[in-house]
Amino acid sequence: MSGTLVLAADPMLAGDIGLVEVVLTLAKVVVAFAFLLVAVMLMIWFERKLLGGMHQRFGPTIAGPFGILQTLADGTKLFFKEDLVPDRSDRFVFKLAPYLSLVPAFLAFAIVPLGGDFNNGGQVEWWGRTTYLQVADPPIGILLFLAMSSVAVYGVMLAGWSSGSKYPLLGSVRASAQMVSYEAALGLAVASIVLVTGGLSTHDMVAVQAAEGYFGIIPRWNVIVTGLVPFIVFMIAGTAELNRPPFDLVEAEQELVGGFHTEYSSIRFALFFLAEFMNTITMSAIIVTLFFGGPAGPVLVSEVGGVGIAWAWGVVWFFLKLFVLLFCFVWMRATLPRFRYDQLMDLGWKALIPVALGWFLFLTALDVGRDRGWSEAAVTIVSLLVFAGAASLLVRAVRSGRRSRDLEAARPEADPVEERS
Amino acid sequence: MAEAVFAVSAVLILAGAIGVVASRNPVHAALFLVQTLVGVAVLFVLNDAHFLAAVQVVVYAGAIVILFLFVIMLLGVDKAEELRIEPIFGQRPLAAVVGAALAAVLGTVVITGTDVLTGLRRAGGDRALDGDATDIERMGRVLFSDFAFAVEITAALLTVAVVGAVVLTRRASRSDVAASGDA
Repeated sequence: MSGTLVLAADPMLAGDIGLVEVVLTLAKVVVAFAFLLVAVMLMIWFERKLLGGMHQRFGPTIAGPFGILQTLADGTKLFFKEDLVPDRSDRFVFKLAPYLSLVPAFLAFAIVPLGGDFNNGGQVEWWGRTTYLQVADPPIGILLFLAMSSVAVYGVMLAGWSSGSKYPLLGSVRASAQMVSYEAALGLAVASIVLVTGGLSTHDMVAVQAAEGYFGIIPRWNVIVTGLVPFIVFMIAGTAELNRPPFDLVEAEQELVGGFHTEYSSIRFALFFLAEFMNTITMSAIIVTLFFGGPAGPVLVSEVGGVGIAWAWGVVWFFLKLFVLLFCFVWMRATLPRFRYDQLMDLGWKALIPVALGWFLFLTALDVGRDRGWSEAAVTIVSLLVFAGAASLLVRAVRSGRRSRDLEAARPEADPVEERS
Repeated sequence: MAEAVFAVSAVLILAGAIGVVASRNPVHAALFLVQTLVGVAVLFVLNDAHFLAAVQVVVYAGAIVILFLFVIMLLGVDKAEELRIEPIFGQRPLAAVVGAALAAVLGTVVITGTDVLTGLRRAGGDRALDGDATDIERMGRVLFSDFAFAVEITAALLTVAVVGAVVLTRRASRSDVAASGDA
């Protein structure tokens, strides 16, 4: 190399370089950097704004009155998409899985009482026949719901497995572990309701809740009778069972692409979609039945033009309550961030199941005490003491387990020993 | 009507049972097992044992077979097995003998029933409580009075099994292994 060192064609740097030159250069760098950052911000807004205008996209706020036609549009789109079956899939199981999701969602809804005047036994008389306003009232009652929610796991599990690729399999193993774990808490919460009802039939559950309440205004709903705890447990476990946010780890797109239904397209995907939303509605309806008195409520006008419409008020109350619960599900989705997988399992096994079990035993103790004529206050105090003792034991156990795990991880020679014989 | 339901579910159960044994893919075998279990649940309903039917679906179909599927998927053994290798010597002739014995026992049970075709017999003997109590009430009463000890023993057994499983899956750290090696 020979000659003068040329830094740039900039005449400013040709001569001697002093403080002014350095400051000027630095200022240039900062300005250029800041401009680019701000420009990115503006460009994102600009692109989205222009695209928004150019697409003329009709979303759920615009399509039809109140945007109500959006679902029809989605459905039509899904129908016309190509229906793919992956080469490495297990074809029969792949095609079967969506139906295994759909059918349990339908069947569980059959036991939900939809209406009827429960101040008068909840029966309706149509064309000379007396009947209940529900599809079926089987002797196993609410157990049908639990059975269906355990069968629903198959849809998710087999969909993931039969796709013959990694992400769906991971997603489905995760989903089924989650659903199986939370079923226990769900069942224990239901057991509390069965205890205060004295039977499994959903019709009886509503009938018991329709009885005279407290102070003339507070209804005798199970959410109050069982002391709120089973409701909270059921609500959380139910959300997890539905794989809805904040428990939607099943389709955590950053980790698993689309989860168990990654390989599904067209109408088969639509079936999963349908099942998911149907399950949400069924779960809300079950919560209304179990905890909020189902269709029970006051009859404001019992006759219109000589035709008895007392039963219709049941329908009105039921749908009002259902609507509030569905709103809560959407609300939770909009508010809460997603759980991490270990947090999910911790919550299910170490919090919900012990709490639900303890509360169930407490309700049982109260029930036995009422039978034997024990003082209710004494039973409550003793139960709460036992409850506190068990809780502290559990917390200690969890803590010492975590400590020994941390210790093991911290030890340098703690790598797992190969166990080969 | 009852005969028709019995015939349909019997076909389902037997087809499922054959499928479990005959299918080469473990996942398919597990699904056939579900078919058999659901068929048995239908038979329970046919005999007014509604609670047993529900338990059959919740526990067996909903939990146990799900667990089977879990293990199959996690171990990645969802491929057809190589059948020519016999891992334990003498296993297959022995299986044939045991199978024949089981068939003989079951055949005797069916033939000695009140109905030769279906093997129908009164379950529970004298213990079956009459009156209008539902099956769940009767079962609860019997389980927590006459069989209370058996229930508690089962509970203890399950607890031991869970603790055992946790201990077995716990990774042994090197110092533990060294200590046991010295002894």
